[in-house]
Amino acid sequence: MNTTQKRRIPLLLQMALVIFGTYFGFILVFDVLLGQLIPKSLLTMYMVFVVSGVLMVYTFTEEGTRELTAPIKALVEDPSKRNIRNVVFVIVPLLAGYYTYSSMLPSFDPPTELRTIHPAPPNKFKAYGKSFDLTKLENPYRKFEKEDPAKFKEHVREGGDVYIKNCQYCHGDKLDGKGPYAPGLNPTPLNFQDVGTIAQLQESFLFWRIATGGPGLPDEAAPWISSMPIWENFITEDETWKVILFLYDYTGRRPRTWEHE
Amino acid sequence: MFMLSAFMPAANASEAAATASTAVPDAAAPATKAIFPPAPKLTEADYPSIKGVNARVVVWLVAQLHLWFGAFVVAVPMFVFIIEAIGMATREQRYDKMAYEFIKVTITAYSLTALLGGLLSFCLILFYPDLFQYLALIFKESMFAYALLFFAESAVLYIYYYGWHWLQGGNKKWVHLTLGLLLNAFGLLLMFLANAWTTFMMSPAALDAAGVFNGDTWAAIHNFLWNPINLHRTVANVAYGGSIVGAYAAFKFLSAKNKEERAHYDWMGYNANFIAIGALLPLPFAGYYLTAEMYAYSQQMGITLMGGVFAWIFIIQAVLIGALFLSANYYLWCGMGRSEGAHRYNHWIKYIAVVLVVSFLVWFTPHTLVLTNSELKDLGGPYHKYLGVLGIMPAKNTAVNFLILFTYLSFMFYRRSNKFVTVSWAKVGNAAQVALFVAGSINITILGVYHGYFTNTVIKIAASIPQVLTTLVIIIVSVIIDALMYKGAKDVAPLRWGRMPPRSQYALFLLAVSFTWLMGLMGYVRSGIRQHWHVYNMFRDGSPDAFTPGLDYVANIVSIGTIIFMAMVIFVFWLSTVSGKHVVSKGYWKEQQA
Repeated sequence: MNTTQKRRIPLLLQMALVIFGTYFGFILVFDVLLGQLIPKSLLTMYMVFVVSGVLMVYTFTEEGTRELTAPIKALVEDPSKRNIRNVVFVIVPLLAGYYTYSSMLPSFDPPTELRTIHPAPPNKFKAYGKSFDLTKLENPYRKFEKEDPAKFKEHVREGGDVYIKNCQYCHGDKLDGKGPYAPGLNPTPLNFQDVGTIAQLQESFLFWRIATGGPGLPDEAAPWISSMPIWENFITEDETWKVILFLYDYTGRRPRTWEHE
Repeated sequence: MFMLSAFMPAANASEAAATASTAVPDAAAPATKAIFPPAPKLTEADYPSIKGVNARVVVWLVAQLHLWFGAFVVAVPMFVFIIEAIGMATREQRYDKMAYEFIKVTITAYSLTALLGGLLSFCLILFYPDLFQYLALIFKESMFAYALLFFAESAVLYIYYYGWHWLQGGNKKWVHLTLGLLLNAFGLLLMFLANAWTTFMMSPAALDAAGVFNGDTWAAIHNFLWNPINLHRTVANVAYGGSIVGAYAAFKFLSAKNKEERAHYDWMGYNANFIAIGALLPLPFAGYYLTAEMYAYSQQMGITLMGGVFAWIFIIQAVLIGALFLSANYYLWCGMGRSEGAHRYNHWIKYIAVVLVVSFLVWFTPHTLVLTNSELKDLGGPYHKYLGVLGIMPAKNTAVNFLILFTYLSFMFYRRSNKFVTVSWAKVGNAAQVALFVAGSINITILGVYHGYFTNTVIKIAASIPQVLTTLVIIIVSVIIDALMYKGAKDVAPLRWGRMPPRSQYALFLLAVSFTWLMGLMGYVRSGIRQHWHVYNMFRDGSPDAFTPGLDYVANIVSIGTIIFMAMVIFVFWLSTVSGKHVVSKGYWKEQQA
């Protein structure tokens, strides 16, 4: 044997270290360092593909495959490894049995569900006693952003008043979906700061959602889960448009548009 | 082409139809224009049923099987034509042999396509007679032309296949190649015609203010989504056809009896994989174009597709596309084992794998997470503060560009693995390529991160175009540099075709199965976004099945379809093996006296 050859960790152990290292790395980074846990469903999928990638790297050459599988082959075939074989052959089925038992154990948690977040808007809808065409609807106060910034600012402030009086209880005073009532709701209220909520939508879409609330959600793809009130019963059309101005202004997001500004 | 004149437009027909689509019906319209009735309002009683048969499932499965086989038989002649032309240009007979073998597999599949097409027509007439009648009324000319074109395509295909060994050498070979061109023209035309019927159901054109069709056949054909689907299906078919013949090559490789056979089918599998991946690379962009056009046609349709109930199927799509990229790369890496010089590049593979896996994780991270109740409470909502940003399009666009770029890098290493570069400027060439990749990667990241998250939506969406262009520029420039640098390069040793581990062949199978499943799922989405409409916003579906089924149900139906299709494909492969066998049965036949 060449004694000058650099000793290295056997491939099977290397592979196990990479896989477990990645798994615990995800948990360390998200659950511990960032304080936002990584959901189990996502972690499982991540790990499926991490394991696939690692296996691909370790098996694309014949030498790699041989070295990787040699300890497994030896464990099964080598008579001198009888004792360790017996231990492994007992432990592995026990672990599999434990995993199966734990996953099948009845629980009091409601089943997880795939929630549809963005309902498809109708072309037309009724609110405030009239019909609105969503394809053409625009915020009547948006034009003041360029034409009369002082007036625009005033409308934003008025929208802020409407928000604090009506919306912050659920959506939070920082618009992050963490209002005082939020913990009692499932699903929790939308976080407007998130890049995937109002930043992805047109103002007309928000107008429809606010004015008609949960009961105004479309029949298609029902049932919907939303405790959003029908705001046309509580705030005026003008107030709705102004609160929309406030939502975008406070979060620093721009409403979705189809044309360059 | 005389048969097409029946439905080709007059010079200004499309303009007339476009006007009709926005205007109120005009009493002074030309007298020659066909008057179409409004779409019928159907009830459950209008849909015939057969006890114990679920009409929707039957039509769904038959249509999907027809489409899978159809995609395959339209695609294969495209690359057979190119391979035959390469054989003619290089005068290397192995190309001709491979092209012949590809088309041989198509022949049985062609019959199955026709049989399934016939079955689909019967099913539609049986279970959805009013819908069929309505569509036939609008598309009567194109349906008739379709039927006639089918005869033309069959005739050309049979002459092309059976005349392969007859039309060899000199002008005869040119005649044969021309037949290949004709075969492709007929095949594509057939697909474009059928696409028009499908896309009309999604984006009906030439409607008057009351929602009644008021145009001519060309206006109905040339509807909003026709060309985006034509482009997407043409590219996707080539990728799909490549993957199926790749599976055929893998099947033959694994059942090969000797070294020569193994070498031949290894080479065939390599070429099939090359075709599949070559067409897969531009496919996401054709998909973006189609989706953007859907949004442009109807925002409602777009949101239902990407943000609504169908969004979860796109997560499965992301997983399958990732599986396609991973298996294609794995096949290339295993293929480096054919070369004696591969060891120079092997250590780079792990870095490529890291980029591919990370890109892939970004590619399929959903914006709205599947959470348990306690996770929902812990996170304070269905969005993740850090991972949520990976769930929207700028992150996906960035990830897919990296997937494509690094798949190309795998291919580049594969090509280089058996070559010794001889030009004096090799170092400069390599440095230029490294600089190109680094600068391009930075550009793609900046476009994705800055424009994706810190600008308004118009710029966000527009940023995907320079990202794609960056990827294309890197690939094209890199190909040119490599071609110049390796011109006249020496081989390390002759490539050892056939020196491939069996597991690499399963990567080819995985490619074919993933493509099939993917097409089934996305085909359902394309059709399903019409929701309770036969023809979107115009002809309401009144059948008992006019609802959007749950995702588990969809996944089960598509999986059953995939299994049936793969079983039929294996049958086709087996037939091609059987046809080459000649058994001498001693003592069975009477001895013939001389």
